[in-house]
Amino acid sequence: MQKNEIISINSSSDVVLVRQAVRQFAVELAFSLINQTKIVTGASELARNTLEHGGGGTVNIEALDRGTRRGLRLTFEDSGPGIPDIELALKDGFTTGNGLGMGLSGTKRLVNEFEIVSRVGEGTRITITKWK
Amino acid sequence: MERIAILQMGHFLLVTIQVDMHDHLAMTLQDDLTNRISKTSARGVLIDISALEIVDSFIGRILANIAKMSRILDAETVVVGMQPAVAITLVELGLSLKGIRTALNVEKGMALLRSSLGDSQGGSMDGDAEK
Amino acid sequence: MSLNGQSKIPQILKNHEAEVLADWLGEQMAAGIRKDLLKEIELREECREFLELFTDAIQQGNLTNIQSTEWRSVREMLTSVSRTRTQKGFTPTETANFVFSFKQPLFKRLRQELGQNGEALVEEILSASNLIDKLGLWTTEIYQKTREEVILRQQEELMELSTPVVKLWEGILALPIIGTLDSARTQIMMESLLEMIVQTGSQVAIIDITGVPTVDTLTAQHLLKTVTAARLMGADCIISGIRPQIAQTIVYLGVDLADITTKASLADAFVLALKRSGFAIARSKPTI
Ligand SMILES: Nc1ncnc2c1ncn2[C@@H]1O[C@H](COP(=O)(O)OP(=O)(O)O)[C@@H](O)[C@H]1O
Ligand SMILES: [Mg+2]
Repeated sequence: MQKNEIISINSSSDVVLVRQAVRQFAVELAFSLINQTKIVTGASELARNTLEHGGGGTVNIEALDRGTRRGLRLTFEDSGPGIPDIELALKDGFTTGNGLGMGLSGTKRLVNEFEIVSRVGEGTRITITKWK
Repeated sequence: MERIAILQMGHFLLVTIQVDMHDHLAMTLQDDLTNRISKTSARGVLIDISALEIVDSFIGRILANIAKMSRILDAETVVVGMQPAVAITLVELGLSLKGIRTALNVEKGMALLRSSLGDSQGGSMDGDAEK
Repeated sequence: MSLNGQSKIPQILKNHEAEVLADWLGEQMAAGIRKDLLKEIELREECREFLELFTDAIQQGNLTNIQSTEWRSVREMLTSVSRTRTQKGFTPTETANFVFSFKQPLFKRLRQELGQNGEALVEEILSASNLIDKLGLWTTEIYQKTREEVILRQQEELMELSTPVVKLWEGILALPIIGTLDSARTQIMMESLLEMIVQTGSQVAIIDITGVPTVDTLTAQHLLKTVTAARLMGADCIISGIRPQIAQTIVYLGVDLADITTKASLADAFVLALKRSGFAIARSKPTI
């Protein structure tokens, strides 16, 4: 299978494309239905954040094959305003927009690894990994 | 522009959401549905999401909004057919959609609406034909 | 084979047992035996035993068929070596090397003893090499078998985990849980309960934990999440059979079960479930 794919996120239909691509990777890695649903939902949250809070960006979808351990890694990047207080942004219900503020915190619960690198004025990179 | 169809069944409205819904479509649905409720004086709304493969916080918010808005317009909303994997994921995400009523399928959702509104209000498909 | 009965190997092994043993041990230590998994003294004992049985077997003159009765003790011995190594986490190569590493010390002895007689040396080395290859493959086969058994056992354990979801009445399911609930098991059971709810169109599910000795925070949270997920799907859950200790644990752990219907026994839960579904209404009417 294809080892990675980069998709740009500049409109709400790109968010749909990201969901579909992530689903396809997860299916090809033979993820369980629950794990497929979790990673696709996380991808949807982060793709929308990239679009709405980050002013657009990209996602790199990678299939990981570490011997017996297989997984899916998604890296969302934007050059938007950045997140001034990551800890605060990760609180359930915290939003600077009119969302539910569950995207970041919820996605963290759906995956195995979660990493945010963000600089104010420069942009944000969020990496999530789900192991099979 | 693409729209999600809203079916009228007596006093009830039925919306079937197909597979992958993008954000504009969801927002449009919210508008269309509230308009239809007030135009038809519908007493109940069934939203069938059995074909939906995920519900994220955006869709969750739309569903919650529709339920709240309908209530203000005197209509009950029932979300029906959520898949187990979707439900498990949604709970993990941290959304329990507390204010929303749910049912396993359209039929059971309809029964729920009928019993909560009283049979006389019945928005059955066959309601008129039976007379 | 022409060598039958005439092989010098048994005699050589008898005469030089100590040296062969030392060489063989040295060979394995040099190859980097997993000292973390196996003590040197254990290895020495295994080698000594193998050498003894091997010498006995080869003396019978059958150097070609290790499946024959002469080789039974050797096979059994290798089976046990292979099994324990599999369980200890040796790789197949490391396991087979126990036997293969015996070649060099044996050949060295043969060269020393038969050096003058080139033809006999070649023949002895060939047949010994063949024999040892077969014994090496035997260990690999056992290794494979042991692994398969482990997988099978795990599958069986998994099957045991999947507590059956039973249909008590039209639209009413029960999941009687027996035994310790860790979070992995809870997750599997909950997923199958939710699947069954869809398949049977049941609106009420009773989770009976009478047979569960204790719960931890994670498990309690899993139970809670299941009830929430079931509600999102349109089904109600009732938890029955919560023991006093578990009730205490739940409160102590700060898990909020306020939104969840609980009943003392499965029977109470069933009555409530009937009441909530259409049947109770029909039955509550006086019949006389
Ligand atoms: N890519 C991003 N760039 C800048 N800010 C972000 C980004 N992603 C998230 N944030 C900030 O974190 C907050 C929480 O995000 P989230 O949990 O997804 O909630 P919501 O999107 O509903 O506001 C957002 O309101 C926003 O302030
Ligand atoms: Mg968000």
